[in-house]
Amino acid sequence: MKRNLGPAYVAPQALWLTIFFAAPLLIIVAYSFLRKGLYGGVETSFSIQAWADIANPTLLKVTLKTLWVSLAATIIIILLALPCGYSIARSKNQALRLFLVIVPFWTNFLVRIYAWISILGNEGFVNQALRFLGLKAEGFQFLYNQGAVVFVLVYMYLPYAILPLFSTIDKFDFTLLEAARDLGSTRMQSYTKVMLPNIKGGVITAVLFTFIPIFGAYAVPLLIGGKDSYMLGNVIADQLTKTRNWPLASAISMSMTLLTAIAVFLFAFKKPKEQQAVKDIDPLSLPNGKTIGFFHRGPGQGKKKPSGKGVA
Amino acid sequence: MKGSDVTVSNVSKSFGGFTALKDVSLEIKKGEFYSLLGPSGCGKTTLLRAIAGFEDPDSGTILIDGSDVSGLSPDKRHCNTVFQSYALFPHLTVFENVAFPLRIKKTPTRLIKELVMKHLSLVQLEGHAEKKPSQLSGGQKQRVAIARALINEPSVLLLDEPLSALDAKLRQHMLMELDSIHDKVGITFIYVTHDQQEALSVSDRIAVMNAGLVLQVGSPQQIYENPATEFVARFIGETNIFRGKVLSRKGTLNVIEVESFGQLLVDDETPVEVGDTIVVTIRPEKIRISNDEPSGDELNAVRGVVEEPVYSGFQTKYIVRVEGGGRLTTFRQHANWSEGIPDIEWKDEVFLSFSARDLVIVEKSPG
Repeated sequence: MKRNLGPAYVAPQALWLTIFFAAPLLIIVAYSFLRKGLYGGVETSFSIQAWADIANPTLLKVTLKTLWVSLAATIIIILLALPCGYSIARSKNQALRLFLVIVPFWTNFLVRIYAWISILGNEGFVNQALRFLGLKAEGFQFLYNQGAVVFVLVYMYLPYAILPLFSTIDKFDFTLLEAARDLGSTRMQSYTKVMLPNIKGGVITAVLFTFIPIFGAYAVPLLIGGKDSYMLGNVIADQLTKTRNWPLASAISMSMTLLTAIAVFLFAFKKPKEQQAVKDIDPLSLPNGKTIGFFHRGPGQGKKKPSGKGVA
Repeated sequence: MKGSDVTVSNVSKSFGGFTALKDVSLEIKKGEFYSLLGPSGCGKTTLLRAIAGFEDPDSGTILIDGSDVSGLSPDKRHCNTVFQSYALFPHLTVFENVAFPLRIKKTPTRLIKELVMKHLSLVQLEGHAEKKPSQLSGGQKQRVAIARALINEPSVLLLDEPLSALDAKLRQHMLMELDSIHDKVGITFIYVTHDQQEALSVSDRIAVMNAGLVLQVGSPQQIYENPATEFVARFIGETNIFRGKVLSRKGTLNVIEVESFGQLLVDDETPVEVGDTIVVTIRPEKIRISNDEPSGDELNAVRGVVEEPVYSGFQTKYIVRVEGGGRLTTFRQHANWSEGIPDIEWKDEVFLSFSARDLVIVEKSPG
């Protein structure tokens, strides 16, 4: 008899996750319950001071602003990525277009942020060009405000939304759009009533892929934003390096992680109502609404070609 | 009678360098079951899509019920399509798929329920209303697609190879069902198919297409018995083709000289001149095969050897090599017990006989 080696196969993965994910997370949890060291670090005595400090109005304000900026950037990204993904999926040279989406990734994250500074900065390319053309001698201040932060965040994370949306839309059967038009819907209705429900999985993935990293953004608000553009990531970094309150930094990190986890859970694992209804009526119905991101294959997205010309 | 007449006038359409439709004109009558038949790439689907509004013709006009539909988007045309791949919405139940057009029109909920159930019973799917398309069989999906296309009460139903994804048995069954649905709703059906059997068995009229051209329009009998061109003769059913020179003509009776067959008598009204090269055809079932020399008034008789007998239960097909070297195909029905045994076998010497009237001239060129 063959022994079931299942657990053994998982061992490397489990080891990896323990060392690089679970252990660091536990250390952060532990730090948040320790007393703050005088010059940074922690003292080994239990304290809930850090968690008490979290409840302060300044932090609440930053949290709300972070949420607001992340939501705005995510919504803009999805609105841009949907037509992008659609046009790539319907294009004849998908490979070239996908390549163009991915190319920016070959340049370092920070370098790309600095590239925007050299384009939009006070002495940047755009302002120099305006000055050269004699249009606006004193130049515009494009950067160092909330709008600039959202703009660069959108630029940075757009590909993370385009790729999953492309891959779901590519599997979408475009005949369905024609059928919708044929049955009386306008072009817009055919997208909202037929395409969108069928690419829901891709949209959810795209939202998760963009909202989560933007929620934890640090470099973009630091370099592009002004005094009022501080996000939670910057607060944590400051607590760690300037104020040197490690327990508070840990507590804020943990709250963010929890907040994100809860949001993701509510957003991605929520069962759509009408599917529940079908299940109640028909016990044979499979819950095909496994909606979480990457592996999502909505109903009917595995394209099935009509087969067999057969004999008459 | 319900339904609309559809008039296609001088419609042309090309994609890049490929010409899909060349100056096509058709008149489809109200309530007709009209088939567009042809091999793949002949333009039949492009024509259907042009009627539905998915393709804009480069030139020409399409009238539905007398009014020009050029430039109208598909949602504004009073016709609906049954797609080859069904195109059911996977996220909706059967009920909601059929209700889709009504929900778009914001029909009152009570009326929706009534209409949907009426149409589901038309296609015998009342019990499957709450299922998702992924839980249905191919034939059931097809029925949902038909019910959904009919619920708006279109005056023309366009069917794009609707049975091609089904297996042979089911296809026969669905074809008969389509026919009876056509009888019930009484609207105009335009049916695209590459399968000549399907077209012959249900159509009122058939337009045979090839390479963007309509070659012949007629009833199934006309198309089968009197093909207009060699292509039509070859595409519809099996046939024998002779290419020969007219030696003499008396009334409608021609004597032609065919290479590797010798002289044949052809009785056809098509006017030809002595010296013309003509193409004639005869259906295999019109050629009699026998062991003994035929007697009686058969006008053509040739001697040959059975090269290939193909037994298929109700009939046997014989491919016979005749004395001149040419090959002829003939069917022999096994109608009763005495004819049930294929007493003519491989390598038997046989006689083929056929009437001059069963030969049809399909093409002629002078000289």
